Amino acid sequence: MKSFNHILGAGVLAASVAMSGFASAETLRWARSGDSLTLDPHAQNEGPTHALAHQIYEPLLHRDMAGQITPALATSWKALDDNPNVWRFTLRKGVTFHDGAEFNADDAVYSFKRAMLPTSAMKELLTSVKEIRKVDDHTIDMETNGANPLLINNLTNLFMMDSGWTEANNASAPQDVAAGETTFASQNTNGTGAYMLVSRVPDQKTVLKANPSYWGKGQFPLAASEIVYTPIQSAATRVAALLSGEVDFIQDVPVQDLGRVAGQDGLKVVTAAQNRVIFFGMNSGKADLETDNVDGKNPFADVRVRRAMNIAINRDAIKKVVMRDQSSPTNVIMPPFVNGWNESLDQIPAYDVAAAKALMAEAGYGDGFSITLNCPNDRYINDEAICQAAVGMLGQIGVKVNLDAKPKAQHFPLIKNKTTEFYMLGWGVPTFDSHYIFNFLVHETTENRGSWNNTGYANADVNAKIVALESETDLAKRDGIIGEIWAQVQEDQLYLPIHNQVLNWGMKNGIQFDVQPEDQPHFKYLVMN
Amino acid sequence: MLVILARRLAQAGLVLLLVALISFAIFRFVGSPVENILGQEATVADRNELIERMGLDDPIPVQYARFVWKALNFDFGISYRTAEPVADLIASRLPATLELAFISALMALAAGILLGIFTAINRGGLLAGFVMTTSLIGVSLPTFLIGVLLIWLFSVELGWLPSFGRGETVKLGFWETGLLTASGLKSLILPAVTLGLYQMTLIMRLVRSEMLEVLRQDFIKFARARGLPERMVYFRHALRNTLVPVTTVAGLQLGSIVAFAIITETVFQWPGVGLMFINAVYFVDIPVMSAYLLLVGTLFVLINLIVDLLYLAIDPRIRDRNLRGG
Repeated sequence: MKSFNHILGAGVLAASVAMSGFASAETLRWARSGDSLTLDPHAQNEGPTHALAHQIYEPLLHRDMAGQITPALATSWKALDDNPNVWRFTLRKGVTFHDGAEFNADDAVYSFKRAMLPTSAMKELLTSVKEIRKVDDHTIDMETNGANPLLINNLTNLFMMDSGWTEANNASAPQDVAAGETTFASQNTNGTGAYMLVSRVPDQKTVLKANPSYWGKGQFPLAASEIVYTPIQSAATRVAALLSGEVDFIQDVPVQDLGRVAGQDGLKVVTAAQNRVIFFGMNSGKADLETDNVDGKNPFADVRVRRAMNIAINRDAIKKVVMRDQSSPTNVIMPPFVNGWNESLDQIPAYDVAAAKALMAEAGYGDGFSITLNCPNDRYINDEAICQAAVGMLGQIGVKVNLDAKPKAQHFPLIKNKTTEFYMLGWGVPTFDSHYIFNFLVHETTENRGSWNNTGYANADVNAKIVALESETDLAKRDGIIGEIWAQVQEDQLYLPIHNQVLNWGMKNGIQFDVQPEDQPHFKYLVMN
Repeated sequence: MLVILARRLAQAGLVLLLVALISFAIFRFVGSPVENILGQEATVADRNELIERMGLDDPIPVQYARFVWKALNFDFGISYRTAEPVADLIASRLPATLELAFISALMALAAGILLGIFTAINRGGLLAGFVMTTSLIGVSLPTFLIGVLLIWLFSVELGWLPSFGRGETVKLGFWETGLLTASGLKSLILPAVTLGLYQMTLIMRLVRSEMLEVLRQDFIKFARARGLPERMVYFRHALRNTLVPVTTVAGLQLGSIVAFAIITETVFQWPGVGLMFINAVYFVDIPVMSAYLLLVGTLFVLINLIVDLLYLAIDPRIRDRNLRGG
């Protein structure tokens, strides 16, 4: 039977080779704008770094191409009935690392503990974890401080390493990026993933080949036997490389080139909503603003001004003119996949200049005021152009905006240091739960929460509810609290939401590959024909 | 001779110290690498801890002194982005840039001088006029546009040449070369043309105008009167006398070819120091940016020094004057 399967497999492979138009049938040449920063799976918490790591290493569970949580190295998990503070994971049997060592509970416990060390960039995702224990060879328990019903949402990028290999190569602690350290694990890999590292020159070329003893053989298409990954920064060159057939698959297709790629024979563009929402923040907490022309008071402190600005922004026009239809306008700072989202929150308000002017007059700003808007120019899709459009729209209701657009490296410190008073920000939600948004953007800034909340908003009742979410195990009740917090945030018009970004992947026609909402391709799902 | 050399070297040292000050000063204030390193999930406590660990809260003079002292020891620190030592990073990237710069300078020099002589001799000719007109493209179009146009024509439409990267490379000791493989040479053509086009045009126009100047002089008439063959007159007598200004310009242009390879390298994803610098700017990788600026500064100073010395070789009058004066 086994040999029959083998022959069948070879036949299917041969057929797919014959039918495909690829230079080498099984090689997938992949390009995107940036490179992974390190091979150490716990040293950087960053998209392109995780994207490469996901091919080589695996977490216990991950988000598949549709964004749904799917088993990877764990086959099942649940909170214990008698103790909701403990999550029990049943690990997959018969999994080996690329060097042949078996994956077991010791490795899982070791990997989580490694990810919680001070030099790890993933430790924030595990702050609620009190202890991790091995139960038997293929079962582990994770105990949290108080119940954490959404713990598994935090584990989708927590990769499993082999304890023996990691120890033997002196990589027991994650690479200390800030201290400029390189370790064996930052330059070599030994994962359980569908692909193994062949060679890598950072910023130039990374070559992966199929793992011959992958546990998922037969369950996943695993169509590519080799993956060649090249970062190509210049958008024009990246598109040219796809058009000329030098690469098979690119992420980050620039908006203006979508038609060019889609119109070319043999190429297509696949589009999906991205897990990233774009919005403006206003400092309504300061007593007086520095960049406005109003003395002694803060115009943003009046909710009527914030509401007037919200209805003065023509989101449809931004979508049509600035984004060339590549965005989905929204009225809530939450992408649609996130727990807590619903259509009525998302529904954009009617664009109404007259009503906005009336609100401004009611608040005592009938003659308007001036204010500086800080905007990044190299972070989000068409970020500066969106700000320019907003400047014009707000000008119609007398808010004279001075635009100050800067590279992200200078823009983000303004938010973190609380020096900007009116700013653009984009937010992705890796846990797919509202709490993540509240914790960073709504909770008052304290030592451990609210680090991106530059609105000056401090509502003790909301703060308490956000903290309560972390240990509420009754999911229906928890969703109720989430709803209450959102109602308050919308009522107070904390932010001015604009839209959710749209992701575009360009590829050869012969490739079947869905766009993953976190921009994370998992190549084991890729089909070539 | 030694006096001149010593004087030039002292000047070079002073210039380099100033470059170090500027490269430190500019990049000390260019933005914060902290957000990039920490990512979205970081808390206020994490931030403060990192700032302290990286020494970003020390007084500025302390940070500058530390910077110069380390640079003197070839220690440019560690890249914030890749966590590699910057000196290693530059050493691994420099061959790609130097090969590109050298080939494109060679092409620019050879084509520029030949076309310059051609257009000078055939002044008013139809073909010379055509060359002069099209050469305007070389000076007037920005590099990135020329690069994108070449990619569009030769990679996308014709499919002859690769649009990005360096092709296959061969390691010769520490030097990684793309000159020994077919794909490496093919990959070199478009970036080298893009990078060298401006310089070629410049050299061509310079050689042409100098040639026209020289050809009007008496000694050319005498050379002709002596019955020397035309080729001898042009290449031996006329060309030699145009070489002093051409050497200056070509030498300085070689420096700018290396320094401004940034744009060409970005367009063609050429893995050299220019691309490394752009990456560093995006990521606020301060150690890499300062080291790159120092490198380019040193390069310019060195090239200037060599050009000065070359004058002495080409034009004995300068040597004599200097010896008498010094």
